[in-house]
Amino acid sequence: MFLQQMINGLTIGSFYALVAVGYSMVFSVLELTNFAHMSVFMLGGYIGCTALAGLGVGFPAAAVLAIGGCGAAGILLDRFALMPMRRRGATRVSYLICTIGLSTFIQNFIMLVFGSEAIPFKETFVNGQIRIGNAVVSYMQIGIVALTLVLMALTYVLVYKTPAGMSMRAIAQNPRAAKLMGINTDRIITFTFFTGSALAAVAGLMFGSYYYSVDLQMGFTVGMKTFASAVLGGIGSLPGAVLGGFLIGILEALFAGYISSGFKDAVGFLVLIVVLLIRPSGLMGQKKVNKV
Amino acid sequence: MKKYIKPEARAAICLLLIVLIGALPFYMPNKYFIRVATLCVMYSSLAMSLNLITGFMGQVSLGHAAFLGIGAYTSAILSDRMGWPFLVTMLCAVAVAGAFGVLIGVPSLRLKGSYLAIVTLGFCEVVRLTELNWMSLTRGPLGMTGIARPVIFGYQIKSNRDYYFLSLFLLAVILFLLHNLVNSYIGRAVMAVREDDIAADACGINVRRYKVMVFTVSSALTGMVGAFYAHYMRFIDPSAFNFEQSTSILSMVILGGLGGLPGSILGAVLLTILPEALRDMSNFRMLIYGLVIAVMMIFRPQGILGRTTFLQMLGIQKSYAMSNAEAEKRYLNQTEAKEDS
Repeated sequence: MFLQQMINGLTIGSFYALVAVGYSMVFSVLELTNFAHMSVFMLGGYIGCTALAGLGVGFPAAAVLAIGGCGAAGILLDRFALMPMRRRGATRVSYLICTIGLSTFIQNFIMLVFGSEAIPFKETFVNGQIRIGNAVVSYMQIGIVALTLVLMALTYVLVYKTPAGMSMRAIAQNPRAAKLMGINTDRIITFTFFTGSALAAVAGLMFGSYYYSVDLQMGFTVGMKTFASAVLGGIGSLPGAVLGGFLIGILEALFAGYISSGFKDAVGFLVLIVVLLIRPSGLMGQKKVNKV
Repeated sequence: MKKYIKPEARAAICLLLIVLIGALPFYMPNKYFIRVATLCVMYSSLAMSLNLITGFMGQVSLGHAAFLGIGAYTSAILSDRMGWPFLVTMLCAVAVAGAFGVLIGVPSLRLKGSYLAIVTLGFCEVVRLTELNWMSLTRGPLGMTGIARPVIFGYQIKSNRDYYFLSLFLLAVILFLLHNLVNSYIGRAVMAVREDDIAADACGINVRRYKVMVFTVSSALTGMVGAFYAHYMRFIDPSAFNFEQSTSILSMVILGGLGGLPGSILGAVLLTILPEALRDMSNFRMLIYGLVIAVMMIFRPQGILGRTTFLQMLGIQKSYAMSNAEAEKRYLNQTEAKEDS
């Protein structure tokens, strides 16, 4: 039972981690709580799902389509909404509300294009399962966790080993100084949106194939916990977001298995509130010193 | 206010507006219009009480619907199980919601910005899930039905018109309280905390006390509106008090203008009427709603009325020498300079 719940927790934790990383990346460069991110995740699920079920393409092709669609959405989001706001020097609160508005927009756009009913998925990318002790692990679960870890490693390389990643970190430290050093900040920020959205697209596709359906609630339920994961790990910290995602996934699965499934969605938030009261900057976030 | 309008003319316009609002059920007897008007008034009260936290203290709360729900459930359960009259259950709703406000005010002492926003969001979800799962108390997803109509000093509230006047009365109470609070030394202290909490602390303002106070007052007032909501709708279920509700109240506050009470009323009225006006094109309704909010934030981030106060609208108090936009720009330059240092 324990092992089984741990494995289930790791699987759902993968989705949270993937979405949380994109959310955290955008936060670190813009200090923006991007509420549209959860709708982008949902968009990824819908595009991937219809490609798999409707067009009958394979999983890699569906992933490419989903990444393309979500990446484009991320780029449009930044170019047409957030960049003009940056130019005008908007406050953080207006950014926040703008992304909430865009989130509503994307969600209803999805409803108009794909309909309001849940779309069932039939195909999965791998079938079969193995037994470890008395726990059943499907190949899909292994695939999801493995793919998540690979993507995390790629993101790590991107952020810490490439020139684009260096620019991202420079902007995160100080946007103005980064600009003075000759970094095209707008392009890097748009690129950050693209990367985050692409990760969310893959998460959406995997989420859809894991639960065999996509519906209009998935963005919200996952989005909520993603915020919790990113904040739990410390917003802006990539390892923190991954840790937070897996932690919340595992806690949720254990709670659902042992105590009650009705409150499983609340457990992540309860842990989050307690952790933040003890460590206000999250588990791996850097403590900011207030300067006068 | 760029154009100068004589104080007498302003007073006349103001009086006319009050008469128009007060007499609305008489010249617009259509039930549907009165219902929408009541919702406008209700959301105005909610937006104003949230504005106290977000506009005047500068902390984003994404969980205001939780207090609305707590107030609604408290009042509904007490009147259903105990048979207590509306005024008593409403006061209980105020007290319970206020107590929860203290609970969320305490984390606000340690957390700021996005962290606090996510914690309030989490609080809202926890409250909603409790309402959903505590079957014996709240009847869970079935919701509570047949909540008694309010009786006030022997007068039975039943028609839409009665409810409209009751909501107007609550709005007037909240407006009176908040307007005086904001223009007192408490309000000035709270605004000092918004501009710079460290500087405020250095000036001898008890930051902790004012933060908790603001959260308590705001949530208590929201709880009061929640009690009205329960007895007006006569049916409540947890889905009415979710994150979407929180964000729609926050959108009203920000659309109208942070840190100005008249703005909240305008924002609430506009965002309540907009979805109703778009009802014919039901599929595109929320699409346009989202787009309007986003576009508004891009082109006028300080909201429609900004920090305009009632006294400024009446011409009694002079507008600031700086326009809101200028003030905002200056503030931003300051904070950027501070971040760079």
